[in-house]
Amino acid sequence: MATKSLKARHDDLALGNKQLEILSGGPFKDGELPYFKDKLAKIGKFPLRPNKLEILQINVGYMCNQVCEHCHVDAGPDRKEIMTKETMFLCLEVIKNTGAHTLDLTGGAPEMNPNFRWFVEEASKLGVKDFIVRSNLTIIRANKKYYDLPQFFKDHNVHVISSMPHYTKGKTDKQRGDGVFDKSIQALKDLNAVGYGMENSPLKLDLVYNPSGAFLPGNQEAMERDFKKALKEDFDISFHNLFAITNLPIARYLDYLIASGNYEDYMYSLVEAYNPSAVANVMCTNTISVSWDGWLYDCDFNQMLGLKVASSVIHIKDYNEDILNNREIIISQHCYGCTAGAGSSCQGSVI
Amino acid sequence: MADSYYNPADLRKFGKITEWSEELGTKFFDYYGKVFEEGALSAREKSLIALAVSHVVKCPYCIDAYTKDGLEKGITKEEMMEAVHVGAAIESGATLVHGVQMMKKYDKLSM
Repeated sequence: MATKSLKARHDDLALGNKQLEILSGGPFKDGELPYFKDKLAKIGKFPLRPNKLEILQINVGYMCNQVCEHCHVDAGPDRKEIMTKETMFLCLEVIKNTGAHTLDLTGGAPEMNPNFRWFVEEASKLGVKDFIVRSNLTIIRANKKYYDLPQFFKDHNVHVISSMPHYTKGKTDKQRGDGVFDKSIQALKDLNAVGYGMENSPLKLDLVYNPSGAFLPGNQEAMERDFKKALKEDFDISFHNLFAITNLPIARYLDYLIASGNYEDYMYSLVEAYNPSAVANVMCTNTISVSWDGWLYDCDFNQMLGLKVASSVIHIKDYNEDILNNREIIISQHCYGCTAGAGSSCQGSVI
Repeated sequence: MADSYYNPADLRKFGKITEWSEELGTKFFDYYGKVFEEGALSAREKSLIALAVSHVVKCPYCIDAYTKDGLEKGITKEEMMEAVHVGAAIESGATLVHGVQMMKKYDKLSM
C-alpha cells in the first residue's frame, strides 16, 4: 500500500502528458485496438459535444486522509492543492446563476479544505436542487473535529455520496488501507443515526462501488442487492443507491495496472465492453468540472490529465455557460472507461 | 508460433473461431450468452458453477475468465475456493466410487 502520492514520489505518471502518451501508445498505436475518436466517428458522435449542463462539479482540493491505490486524483495527505476562499467566492457567483440543477463537491477529501464548512453553508443558500458532497467516510472518524459532519450535512440538506469498495473487510482494506473498513462502517452508522440512508428519508445517502483490482464492475442492480443485504444483515446499515463506477486508467490506477502487468488486458476489456448507447449520456455531456484553482474541464478525469476545456472560457472568473456549451469535448482512450457496459459516471451507470 | 500450447492472450481471440465456421460459431456464442443470463439461477450462481466446472475440465482460459467474472460480480475468494472444492469433491468422488467396482471384482476373483 502506497503512503505517498505519485507526485510526492516524483513519479513520471504524476504528469498528465506522460499518461496521455501511454494511453495513445501500446495496442492503440499498433492498430490492435481502435482509438476512442474512431469509435465515436462510427456512430456520428465525433467531435463529442455537450448537451444541457446539469451538474457543476467542484474539486475543492486534492488533499485527502487516505492514499487509495486506485485514486484517479492521486490524492493524499501530501497534496497541497487546496481551493482558496477567493476561488470559492467565484464559484458561489457561478452557482447563483447556473442552469445546472446539481452541485457536486469532490476532492481529495473535500472536508479537509479549511473553508469547506463556510462554502457549504453559503452554497446551500443558493437554491441548488441537489447538493452533493462526496465523502470518503473515514474522514468522519479521522479526527474529533469531523465527528459532527453527519449533523452538519443534515443541517444543510446535503446529499452524501460515499465510497465503499466492498462489504467485506479484506477487499476494502486492500484497496484503501488498513482500518478503512471499520472506520467506514462506523461512519455509515453515524450517518444512519441522524437519518441518512434510511428508507423514505429525504436525507440521501448513496454508496459508490468501484472494483478493487483490474476488472470491470458487474451489474449495478445486482451489486446493490448484495451490498444492501450484507450491510443490513452484518451491521444493520441502510443506504439508498449503489453507484457502480468503472476505474479509469489514469494516475494511480494506471500506475497499478502497469505495475501489476494488467494494463493491456484491462484496455482490451474496456474496448470490448464499449457500448455505443452509453455515449449519449456520458457525464462530460452534462457536467462542467472546476479545479481547486478555478480552471474548467470536461470532467474530473480530464482535470487530472491537465486537459482544460476547448473553449474561449477556460477559467471560473470568465464563466459563461452559453459559450462553454458550444465546446467540443476533449477525449482520449481513458474515455472507454465511461462507455463500458452500462456506462459509468459519478452517478453510476448511464443506461 | 508460440512455444507453448496455452497463451493467455489467445482468450481474446476466442470469437475468431466463428470466422472458419460462421453458422456454428454464431450459434455457439448465442447459446453461450443465453446460458449465462439471469434465469431461475442468478448470474452470480452461474458464474460460480462455471468456475467449478472450469477447474474440473482443467481449462486455463476458463479459469482466467471466470475468476475475473467472479470478481466483477463481487464474489469473494472464499466463495470461489469453496466452488473449486465442490468441483474437486465431485471429481474425486467420481474416482473413489469406482472403488466399489474394484472391491466387487476383487471379491469375485478371490476365494
